[in-house]
Amino acid sequence: MPDMSVKICGVSFKNPVIAASGTYGYGMDYNEFYPISRLGGISCKGTTLVERAGNPAPRIAETPCGILNSVGLQNPGVGRFLTSYLPRLKKQNIVVIANIAGNSVEDYCKMAERLKESQVDIIELNISCPNVKQGGVNFGILPGSVAEVTSQVKKHSDKPLMVKLTPNVTSIGDIAKAAEGAGADALSLINTLTGMRIDIKTRRPILRNNTGGLSGSAIFPVALRMVREVYKCVKIPVVGMGGISSWEDAAEMMIAGASAVQVGTANFRDPFACIKIIEGLESFADSLGLKSIAELTGTLNEW
Amino acid sequence: MRYTQEFGKILNKTEIAKGTFDVILHSPEIAKIAAVGQFVNILCDGFTLRRPISLCGFNSEKGILRIVFEVRGKGTEWMSRLQVGDDMDIIGPLGHGFGLLDSSKKAVIVGGGVGTPPLLPVAQFYRENATVITGFRNASASILQDDFAQAGTNYILCTDDGSAGIHGLTTQALEQYLNKNTCDIIYTCGPKVMMHGVARLAEEHKINCQVSMEERMGCGVGACLCCVCPTKDDNGNHLTRVCLNGPVFMSTEVDWDA
Repeated sequence: MPDMSVKICGVSFKNPVIAASGTYGYGMDYNEFYPISRLGGISCKGTTLVERAGNPAPRIAETPCGILNSVGLQNPGVGRFLTSYLPRLKKQNIVVIANIAGNSVEDYCKMAERLKESQVDIIELNISCPNVKQGGVNFGILPGSVAEVTSQVKKHSDKPLMVKLTPNVTSIGDIAKAAEGAGADALSLINTLTGMRIDIKTRRPILRNNTGGLSGSAIFPVALRMVREVYKCVKIPVVGMGGISSWEDAAEMMIAGASAVQVGTANFRDPFACIKIIEGLESFADSLGLKSIAELTGTLNEW
Repeated sequence: MRYTQEFGKILNKTEIAKGTFDVILHSPEIAKIAAVGQFVNILCDGFTLRRPISLCGFNSEKGILRIVFEVRGKGTEWMSRLQVGDDMDIIGPLGHGFGLLDSSKKAVIVGGGVGTPPLLPVAQFYRENATVITGFRNASASILQDDFAQAGTNYILCTDDGSAGIHGLTTQALEQYLNKNTCDIIYTCGPKVMMHGVARLAEEHKINCQVSMEERMGCGVGACLCCVCPTKDDNGNHLTRVCLNGPVFMSTEVDWDA
């Protein structure tokens, strides 16, 4: 059988399937379906310096082949993440990616300081959340601010830094290059696309926040194109996500250039989605006679 | 592993009111560990989100679940087209259900519309010590009356138009009841405005009250934080997951004015 492990910015994952931030909490909920140690890694719920209550409900609306969400970064804050959630998660023998968010560059830097010498393996810089009023995606839409927050966080961190990009930009390649130039060790993309649904009876948006982030199969082709574009622009590893719901999707994403994938919304429909994707990728790599799943990355033969 | 995914075979299906379906499923793994007030999450072909449906009954020995659901949209419409012998892809049992006292205690159970089904197992637990007040739009929308009668409960039916039972609201019937009687606990599930009214009366009469809340749901297991309900405690106000910490809350935990 092929070697399923992959290495991203110096960190070894037992397979290339990572649970995506925001859809998987801090992991323990899904540990009630299967041992989450079977995953390559988990990107934890976006965490901030202090606890956040998030947006009022409704926070979710169904869309064709997807969903909109506007949770608004509800989380217990980095303090409780470190004392209560992280130790439990690390016991599961799994790569832990801490997804951090903030209202200011200073917030992001303080977060990085708090995570120093913790058991966190990688920091994922969330500069792409569309559901908060301050910060979030505002840092992610201009190359200058992406470079600024990335370079500042690097100065305050001893962890590999993965920058999570928003698709709500004109040129994602320029953003990716700015992050790489500022010292990012890896990139992950895409976060959700901003969208809206309306209840025609009440003429109100279904989401209490009016707009939300679109995820699920509907965005997969957009994500795939953007991963490809970014892969061609940068030398650092790219982690692909956005609507992956089958092993075939994951294989496409890796062929496009992803070193690993994150799976999010698919877990809602099938709580075993990540496991099925790992097993499917393994059989696929075996059928191709690959020695290692990593050989798949970036093998697209473009027209 | 607290949760199971299984293919529950439909053993029986009846349309008990227009657009409301009563389905019996063979789902032994989930039935084995189900508790009163919990729910299951049902996959609908072609939809990203599962549909959370409360358990109207379960028999651990026979491996059977009973669900009663109303067609509200395209997902539940798809569910309603499944036939006896078809499988439903279900996850469960989910959520924190109703807390039960000793069955010799006096319970009042208040259900509104399609919020009534999860209350049936509560009534079956308290039997003759339960007073059940249910409200529906009209006679043809009323459901589960025979089941509540068979459970041996004292049963009060209300309809909005007076076409059956008392012409009025469940909260009016509850107020009248509490003016003459007392009870140890109140259980309610139904429209939020009704449950708020029930919660207010419970508080006035200093009776513990459990409410089963509803919200648009994502994962169903506590991970995505989509289905939150405003709650309050000594530490302040919170947004609390309906799928994991609920759906059943103490009425005093819910921040009704938020």
